[in-house]
Amino acid sequence: MIKFCLNGRWVEEADISPNMTVLRYLRTQQSLTGTKEGCGSGDCGACSILLGEKSEGQWHYKAINGCITFLSQLHGKSVITVDALADGKQLHPAQQAMVDYHGSQCGFCTPGIIMSLAALHQNVEGEPTHHQILDALSGNLCRCTGYRPIIDAAKNMHSYPATGNVEIWQPEELVSKPVEHAGVEVETRTRFRAMKKGQAWVVDDEIQLQELLAEHPDARMVAGATDLALEVTQFHKSINKLVSIGSIPSLKTIDVQDDFITIGSAATYAEIEPTLKTHYPEFAALLDRLGSRQVRNNGTLGGNIGNASPIGDTPPVLIALGAEIELVSKNSHRWLPLDKFFLDYKQTALQSCEYIRAIRIPRLKDNQALKVYKISKRIEDDISAVLAAFVFTIDDNKVTDVRSGFGGMAAIPKAACKLEKALLGQTISESAFINAANELSKDFTPLTDVRASADYRINVAKGLIHKCAVELLNPELVSRIEQVHTSELATSDIINQTSLTGEFYHA
Amino acid sequence: MRKLIDLPDNAAGSQDLPVRERPSKGRSSKGVTGQSMKHESAEKHVTGKAVYVDDMPEYPNQLHVAVGGSQHAHARIKLMNLSAVRAAPGVEAVITVKDVPGHTDIGPVFPGDPVLVEEICEYVGQPIFAVAAKTFEQAKKAVALAEIEYEVLEKVLTVEQALEKKHFVRPTHQHKRGDSAKALAEAKYRLQGQQYVKGQEHFYLEGQVSSVMPTEDGGMMVYTSSQHPTEVQKLVAEVLNVSINKVQVEVRRMGGGFGGKETQAAPLACIAALLANKTGKPVKYRMSRHDDMVMTGKRHDFLNTYDVGVDEHGIIQGAEIMVAGKCGNSPDLSDAIVDRAMFHSDNAYYLNNATVTGHRCKTHTVSATAYRGFGGPQGMMVAELMMDDIARHVGEDPLTIRKRNLYGVKHDHIKTADGQVDERNETHYGQIVEHNVLPELIEQLEASSNYWQRREEIKAFNANSPFMKKGLALTPVKFGISFTVQFLNQAGALVHIYTDGSIHLNHGGTEMGQGLFLKVAQVVAEEFQVDLDTIQVSSTRTDKVPNTSPTAASSGSDLNGMAARDACLRIKEGLFKFASEHYGVAEDKVRLQSNHLVVTNDNGEEQWVPFADFVQQAYMGRVPLSSTGFYKTPKIHYDRETGKGRPFYYYANGAAVSEVLVDTLTGEYKVLRTDILHDVGRSLNPAIDIGQIEGAFVQGMGWLTTEELVWDNLGKLQSNGPATYKIPAVGDTPMDFRVKLLEDRPNGEETVYRSKAVGEPPFMLGIAVWSALRDAVSSISDYTISPPMNTPATPECVLNSVMAVREQMAEQMANTDAADA
Repeated sequence: MIKFCLNGRWVEEADISPNMTVLRYLRTQQSLTGTKEGCGSGDCGACSILLGEKSEGQWHYKAINGCITFLSQLHGKSVITVDALADGKQLHPAQQAMVDYHGSQCGFCTPGIIMSLAALHQNVEGEPTHHQILDALSGNLCRCTGYRPIIDAAKNMHSYPATGNVEIWQPEELVSKPVEHAGVEVETRTRFRAMKKGQAWVVDDEIQLQELLAEHPDARMVAGATDLALEVTQFHKSINKLVSIGSIPSLKTIDVQDDFITIGSAATYAEIEPTLKTHYPEFAALLDRLGSRQVRNNGTLGGNIGNASPIGDTPPVLIALGAEIELVSKNSHRWLPLDKFFLDYKQTALQSCEYIRAIRIPRLKDNQALKVYKISKRIEDDISAVLAAFVFTIDDNKVTDVRSGFGGMAAIPKAACKLEKALLGQTISESAFINAANELSKDFTPLTDVRASADYRINVAKGLIHKCAVELLNPELVSRIEQVHTSELATSDIINQTSLTGEFYHA
Repeated sequence: MRKLIDLPDNAAGSQDLPVRERPSKGRSSKGVTGQSMKHESAEKHVTGKAVYVDDMPEYPNQLHVAVGGSQHAHARIKLMNLSAVRAAPGVEAVITVKDVPGHTDIGPVFPGDPVLVEEICEYVGQPIFAVAAKTFEQAKKAVALAEIEYEVLEKVLTVEQALEKKHFVRPTHQHKRGDSAKALAEAKYRLQGQQYVKGQEHFYLEGQVSSVMPTEDGGMMVYTSSQHPTEVQKLVAEVLNVSINKVQVEVRRMGGGFGGKETQAAPLACIAALLANKTGKPVKYRMSRHDDMVMTGKRHDFLNTYDVGVDEHGIIQGAEIMVAGKCGNSPDLSDAIVDRAMFHSDNAYYLNNATVTGHRCKTHTVSATAYRGFGGPQGMMVAELMMDDIARHVGEDPLTIRKRNLYGVKHDHIKTADGQVDERNETHYGQIVEHNVLPELIEQLEASSNYWQRREEIKAFNANSPFMKKGLALTPVKFGISFTVQFLNQAGALVHIYTDGSIHLNHGGTEMGQGLFLKVAQVVAEEFQVDLDTIQVSSTRTDKVPNTSPTAASSGSDLNGMAARDACLRIKEGLFKFASEHYGVAEDKVRLQSNHLVVTNDNGEEQWVPFADFVQQAYMGRVPLSSTGFYKTPKIHYDRETGKGRPFYYYANGAAVSEVLVDTLTGEYKVLRTDILHDVGRSLNPAIDIGQIEGAFVQGMGWLTTEELVWDNLGKLQSNGPATYKIPAVGDTPMDFRVKLLEDRPNGEETVYRSKAVGEPPFMLGIAVWSALRDAVSSISDYTISPPMNTPATPECVLNSVMAVREQMAEQMANTDAADA
């Protein structure tokens, strides 16, 4: 049995399939049809809801995609849907601003946009910056408006009076608190909290996880579900055994040491972002383009490694950084360099009953520079055609060491060894890097697919190596398209100044 | 006994008993035309209370549909075994074409679209059988159990192959004006070019869905997300083999349409109706996003070529243009779509001597269909390709060349055969371009966007920037308004006034987010001079307003607004006649104003009677308070034999200036700023119109930039979900976005309050982004080379363009060196 708070009311669910997504649950079991299904794959955001977790006596909310979140992941949490956001007749500031700024046309994406804006309203005091607005809405597609009125609503919603329905946002804890009794069993047959007998479990600590995996080596682990849920919603497969590990505190730790930073595998992108910003700003900048705000709120670094996508986005960066991962089971414990983890397309060195506990990343030295590039058709929420990462060690303007990681160039994320060799010892110059880049065709024979042709992958990767030289030589140059909106290259700092004042013709 | 109505104390018109709070006289009514009223469903949208078909309560015995589609692009079904499908858990019915009691072809205009394939499959995903099960998941899992053996047949997948084999869905059509061959031969310069313009997935956020309920009369109640309820009604009746009056279709709202629900909603309704008919149970067919993208039609790809002759000023003397649309497996609406591409292959420019040829290529891919602009955008692309190419050839700024070639811009040295200065206002299909606002509109935009100063700044920037290059372009739009199929240009409406003064409005148009319900309600508010909130618009229903045209071709408010106005005028005629008798004054002494009837007596004194009171008096006086209304567009005609006529009632215009930044190392780019000036005549609702313009621009930009349809060489769509098909996201909106309506230019034709259609025309403003990208790439050759750039101009396409220009420069250099040597 699991328990969660839905729009201010605690509910218990037991006899529900492990494949039940939150969106389907809301629409079919709770008759809450305000939340929409636009794609069922976490790409459009029409299903966005708020997920709250309690820390330091307060519930804190973030937007997630209901369509690719399993119901079991809600255990112990609070959910707010668009249906409950207004306080009687008084609309939430996000809602009223969207009405006043003509932010809805067909209205189908609107509930999701409202929830993303409500999260922004909740988490930012006063007027949000343009960057914060784009970030909050990065996972919400609108096909009608062109977004301008929605951006305006986002900018201005802080000036509307807040609603008073506190019971939705800060619900009381349940009087009986089964949540806090780790491992307490409702079902007699197993020792773990199960949503449906022997099919979906929620574990509270690693001991339980290890026991469970030893008993059920075929159980699928899920933290954020931003990838795994697609098997159910897109490929109509059933997952028979599902264990939710997203709430295990020891898997969510972030530990900054002198030489390393160790990140728990179930830490979400959102949770690791501040640390990355301090220590690896280019890595943090990549997160702006990794999935969407909703995906980053639920997705985890461990999940990104475990699913062994040939593209990334984080494994190529971690490989370039020389990261290692900690693999644990009931009877074993080992550290493995990440580049040894990926064996072949979607195949890894993870053994039966093992799970990824943590990722250990060496800290950058003063003479090291990390460069991370993502190439995709669209800036926001797109899967990379090519992901390239480099760590250059530079002494006296010479490359004394270089490590690389590429995604989208082979069946697995991997380093470009011949390229590294050709760059080693070079004095930094455009011509030297352009020459070295020719080695890439020896390192990789990429595929042509829906995202890019093989030729483009090679050509653009060469262009990125050229760009490395330019950037290392001119650190101040604005050299990336995604930086433009904050740079002097923007034609005007007055963004979106269309005004709708005045009634144009009618007397 | 319950009273039917509350009579005012003084039947002669007391103002003491308003039924509801009324504004005082003198104030204008709230929400008449010209005011920026909010979308009628705005509050329901933001609270999640707006009901879409999938949100309607389900019945306990509700069944759900999944459909089995062809695995091959072109194949004969040799053997089909569905026994495992029938035996799967939850399955209640499985149908093939043999189970269809009536018509099996549901082609909207011409035959060619079987509701379920009988023998020959013509695209991957084409529906072969349909399953109804207790849950959607059960239906989906059952579909996978089918055993089908195919004999694979030779397939045609590309426009080029189809052109070579003359593999067409409809005959080729041509427009001719003057002698293009002679003009080309005699022109100072002659240029040729070619482009491939890919199609576009609609990606309406609400996917296709229909929910049906069998009725006691052997008919069907259909709730659907369709732009064309009447066609759904007719086709459902035909497949069930019942008369049309047995089927009712209701559309409250769509979560986006964009043309994708003009013909493409009907198959779902038909299949659901067949299964409901078979089981006697309510059936819902909602496509998954994947099925929607694979199984339903999209915008046509076009292969365009031009051969143009220009004088030394870059002014066109003659042109031969070919547009060839990739129509997919069936005609659907392709005849009219390729026609519209032909009608717009001049965009805003006078071609003088022209031959325009349009081919309708048949390919073994899903039948392409209506999409905002309906072929017009693809046709316009060839005109804009020509303009940029001419400009690079004669060494002028592309804007200069565009302005010189505009319709209505006369040049003293260009004369007609009889020696007169050519008015330069006749299109290649014989329509005269009247009330032409474009020259003036472009001049205004040129100034307000500071085009020429920015052009200089950009040149300076590019000269100093090693690999980041800026581009700038101004492109105009001239878009013909009317269905080119004449009979579709008609509409009906139904208006009731109830005894409390509240008004109920229905019309034949459907609401897909464009604000049509609001605009038509504003027309009714205007006619009765009452507050907008006294008017209730309800679902579009085939039993309220029959025999309607699709809500398409930007015609929604032009047609339905006029029909509703007609209904109001009929009611008003009776009301005014009654008022004149009742108050004993001449008919010209009564008027409606500010929610009142105003009666002026012989002494010039006014008596203000609240509208509700007056309506009650009229009811007691047995005056009809309900009327239908009707409208048909005047003046239009087109003769297919000669390829001449006036297919359009008028043209809608606009222009956009876009500035982009291109990374020439990677091909990535960003739109820095866009300025738009658009002509909507006298706006019915400026906020709604600006919303249409901004949304259309971004959608048009997406079509030409990030949105790429990718098919593999077996004819399977690879870009079959939002993970692989990228519509613009929030960050793609121009960072600086300035949209204005052209002021003080009421429509020259007598449209509803002299407004202009706005749904489609601004879509083509997105072409400015593509032209600006070409401009940025051209800068690396110091604007001497016109870069090749097919669309969508993805980063890959832009990088290829950069590399092609560099290669051409290297060749030129080598040639120069060789010549020097």
